[in-house]
Amino acid sequence: MNNKAITCKDLTKRFRDFFAVNHISFEVEQGEIFGFLGANGAGKTTAMRMLCGLSYPTSGEATVAGFNVFKQQEEIKKNIGYMSQKFSLYESLTVRENIRFYGGVYGLSDKQLKEKGDELIEKLGMQQEAKMMVGSLPLGWKQKLAFSVAIIHQPRIVFLDEPTGGVDPVTRRQFWDLIYDAAERGITVFVTTHYMDEAEYCNRISIMVDGRIDALDTPANLRQQFGATSMNEVFYALARSAKRSAD
Amino acid sequence: MRTLRLLLEKEFRQIFRDKGLLPIIFVMPMMQLLIMPLAANFDVKNINLAVVDRDHSTYTQQMVSRIASSGYFHVTGYYTDYTPARQQIEREKADIILEIPAHFEVDLVKENKASVYVAADAINGTKAGLGSAYLNTILTDFNNEIRMKWLPDAAPRPGTIDVTFSNWFNPNMNYRLYMVPGILVLLVTMVGGFIAALNIVKEKEIGTIEQINVTPVKKWQFILGKLIPFWVIGMVDFTLGLLLARFVYGIIPLGSLLLLYGFLAVYLVALLGFGLLISTYSDNQLQAMFVAFFFIMIFMLMSGLFVSVDNMPKWAKMIANLTPVTHFIDVMRMVVLKGSRFADIKMQFLYELAFAVVLNGWAIWNYRKTA
Repeated sequence: MNNKAITCKDLTKRFRDFFAVNHISFEVEQGEIFGFLGANGAGKTTAMRMLCGLSYPTSGEATVAGFNVFKQQEEIKKNIGYMSQKFSLYESLTVRENIRFYGGVYGLSDKQLKEKGDELIEKLGMQQEAKMMVGSLPLGWKQKLAFSVAIIHQPRIVFLDEPTGGVDPVTRRQFWDLIYDAAERGITVFVTTHYMDEAEYCNRISIMVDGRIDALDTPANLRQQFGATSMNEVFYALARSAKRSAD
Repeated sequence: MRTLRLLLEKEFRQIFRDKGLLPIIFVMPMMQLLIMPLAANFDVKNINLAVVDRDHSTYTQQMVSRIASSGYFHVTGYYTDYTPARQQIEREKADIILEIPAHFEVDLVKENKASVYVAADAINGTKAGLGSAYLNTILTDFNNEIRMKWLPDAAPRPGTIDVTFSNWFNPNMNYRLYMVPGILVLLVTMVGGFIAALNIVKEKEIGTIEQINVTPVKKWQFILGKLIPFWVIGMVDFTLGLLLARFVYGIIPLGSLLLLYGFLAVYLVALLGFGLLISTYSDNQLQAMFVAFFFIMIFMLMSGLFVSVDNMPKWAKMIANLTPVTHFIDVMRMVVLKGSRFADIKMQFLYELAFAVVLNGWAIWNYRKTA
């Protein structure tokens, strides 16, 4: 039994002769905030979907929360939270009803749901909106709510796929407060983003180019390694070498 | 069980909050059941008849007035020549031409034999066929009358075969009795088939299905969570339809209600399985809609509601037997009008059961939590 949240060795996803993810290897420690960077089409989402048990890898090895991604997808699903690029709470259910549904599906009891729900709503300052349809909330609130719902069952790892896309800077800042908060409670955060300031907030980051991981280290080490003053420069240096056209 | 309960709770909330969906589920089918049987009338009336009378005799006068008073024909014009009558058909003003040759009366009296000529516009096949048949019957009656008058009572009469009819299970040949149960089946099919097909695809489209796929919700839980609400809706729709048939059309099922509902229960599972199957193969609602529409169109035309399955060629009968709707319409008519029992509908029941198992099995197999 290893204590790593995620281990990954030569993980590959091939569609015919196209390597969407090409032999990637890395490990993520429990409680770490791991940034997963790369240009559009570099293979981030595909890799993440394999780790979440939504898609079968073509070859390689990987474990998530100690479970095999080839055989134990359903076990993995009990131990992770997931927030996709698309907003995926039910818009025609209220804030409370969404919490009840997703929390309940992960096996929380009615009592736990009530407590966790109250706590979550208070933390987000959404007492007024608790009975509103989720569809009528502004995007930033939706994203904060989606994240809070994704970790309501206290999973070992939460996967976030561009959680702050299209969100204003103030809300983005608040969102990252929530992420830090979750990490402090021991939840491993695996996050993809296109914002380089957000990359600086991560403990370690990896940068994918054309399906491969071309760089993996702490933000400070990466800057030093590439002789750059900011993560932006590091990213440009790597992404410029990409052959694949972005979508 | 708790997961299933949560899924059902969520599904029912969503359905009852969908202001666009509710009227489609409950109001529209009932409106259709009120209107469609009034229009779907197989009686042919108001046949337009153009008469070409080259004889102008008392007998032709009598004959034409007999035809006009039958209630089926509407005499649009008298002509002395064929050409203007034909023009009437070409202009769609007339459906049938009755041509009476010159010397009709003379031939009839002297030679004891005369003929008329009937030409029908067969673009509308039913009208042409039934119209000619009606015309034939009226002329035969007229013929018999003349003969009775001429032949002295004492004289030996030529032997004729008299045919008497009795229409079992629908003595007055009331077409509504025949159509309403069938139309009700179609309506339940449309509502059930479409909403089941569209619902899961909608979750695919907005991305919530991916969120479900990443939770520990089991495949069977998710599918049952979808099937049960629509099954209940199908039951409710059917019940509303039966009540409407009872109070508007006075149709009371002769057979057992339990049998009807038992069959409906299995039928709905088959139908929803079909909707589910479509949704697992479609990426968006538009696609699902077109595919569902295509199949439901076939179901309707092959169902025996409009065209009797018995008259179809062998290959078409096979297709008809492979559509779930056909068997249910059959059973509805048998149980509602004839009071058939389970033993009489066993075959249909087995067919429906097979559809339910195959369609749902296929749908479950094709739905993947991990792609």
